Amino acid sequence: MELVRIQRENFSINDEVERVKAASKGIGGVVVFLGAARDFSKGETITGLDFEHYPGMAEAKLKDIRERALKNFDIIEIGIVHRVGKIAIGEDIVLITAASAHRNEAFMACEWAITELKRTTPIWKSETTKGGEVWVSETP
Amino acid sequence: MITVRFFAMLKGLAKAESREYKIDAPITVAELKSILKKDFPALSSILDGRSILISVNQEFADKNTVIRDGDEVGLLPPFSGG
Repeated sequence: MELVRIQRENFSINDEVERVKAASKGIGGVVVFLGAARDFSKGETITGLDFEHYPGMAEAKLKDIRERALKNFDIIEIGIVHRVGKIAIGEDIVLITAASAHRNEAFMACEWAITELKRTTPIWKSETTKGGEVWVSETP
Repeated sequence: MITVRFFAMLKGLAKAESREYKIDAPITVAELKSILKKDFPALSSILDGRSILISVNQEFADKNTVIRDGDEVGLLPPFSGG
């Protein structure tokens, strides 16, 4: 399975960490960012999320983030998995797994990668509220 | 023929997922925007603003990017992944 994926189904955090760790026995630290579906946004109660992506372009942008992270940080491997489709409150949305010999570079690469994902990847979220489904126009 | 694809809230405003246009010669993104503003009045103010990004063949484009026959154009509202 590829380290960078967009998929509808849920992912296993353990499986993703093991997949990244398999890159090298020299890995000494793994930092994970997990984005989950929370039940509020801007004062509104949210009962569900629905993610849409631009097939092809979104995957390419995630692969580009991985390649740039490997080039710009002293890390050994990084994986990115993002779900699309309907996601229930409490479910997982996105997982970034950065691995390096020492922890500091993995922390930095992980934070950079999720920020870059939000900035450059054509994925859109709609939130289900009491008033119906609302597209989220900007990522905080 | 070129294909223009609408995403997220733009699909609702355009009441379409995509629209095909026959072009006789290459056009720029700016020229395509003018056509879209006429055909989709609901998108007009958004297309004038800075929040929408445009892609051509799945690469980010600017107003001067040339669109040729067979190209795919994406109208991308602000991203909200993650």
